[in-house]
Amino acid sequence: MQVVLFGICALLAIVGAVGVITARNPVYSALFLVLNFFSLAGLYLSLEAQFLAVTQVIVYAGAIVVLFLFVIMLLNLRPEDLPRFRLDRTGPLVVLLSLGLLLGVGMGIWSLLGASFPQDPQAQAVGTVESLGRALFGRYLVGFEVVAVLLLVAMIGSVMLAKRRFQ
Amino acid sequence: MVPAGGYLLVSALLFSLGVMGVLLRRSAIVMFMCVEMMLNAVNLSLVAFSRLLGDPTGQVLVFFVMCVAAAEVSVGLALVIALFRNRESIDVDQIRLLRG
Repeated sequence: MQVVLFGICALLAIVGAVGVITARNPVYSALFLVLNFFSLAGLYLSLEAQFLAVTQVIVYAGAIVVLFLFVIMLLNLRPEDLPRFRLDRTGPLVVLLSLGLLLGVGMGIWSLLGASFPQDPQAQAVGTVESLGRALFGRYLVGFEVVAVLLLVAMIGSVMLAKRRFQ
Repeated sequence: MVPAGGYLLVSALLFSLGVMGVLLRRSAIVMFMCVEMMLNAVNLSLVAFSRLLGDPTGQVLVFFVMCVAAAEVSVGLALVIALFRNRESIDVDQIRLLRG
């Protein structure tokens, strides 16, 4: 069951990521991004992180992608305004660079490739709301409060930026 | 059972696809989407490690990353709108006021 869920979601996540990069129209990119976020939520579910799976759907697929789509509609780009790909000289170099990055990270996680997840009930209950809530409102309470201030600052900043007219 | 390496490999693949997107595309909006993808790839590996070690810290970190991503997107898209108002373009190659 977990293998099937992992296979489908991993495949869909990669298809979504490739779609975001290759789609010419930003609206299609945003829709592929939704596919990517939803399949990541599926991957979280297969890792027994239920709370994060739900948060992923609400925050990313719900709020962030909707924000992207709103901005795309607000800008109202004509097809001839869409920037082209950067495929001249730098294209192959970039692809090579990313593959090198993948290789480097792959070598870094080589020793962990075969590690299997612990199956005792205590380790499986790590992703429940109870366990996360205890950590979030216990050890990490200061971080939680700071994040609240960060969101307030971001809200004020974005309103200021979008309102002001630069000369 | 899928070994932990499967999740880590998917995460690494998604991250390099995100890097590729940021470097290949010139549209500021799609570049932001690729940054989001990279953040998500890191989130996936954090969740995998949290499950592997049986420690909720990794998932709390994912929660914080999500909040930072939300803040980043709202400020970034406001910047894109301000940019488009002034330049009538979202092509990042045309924004080179600071390039000597």
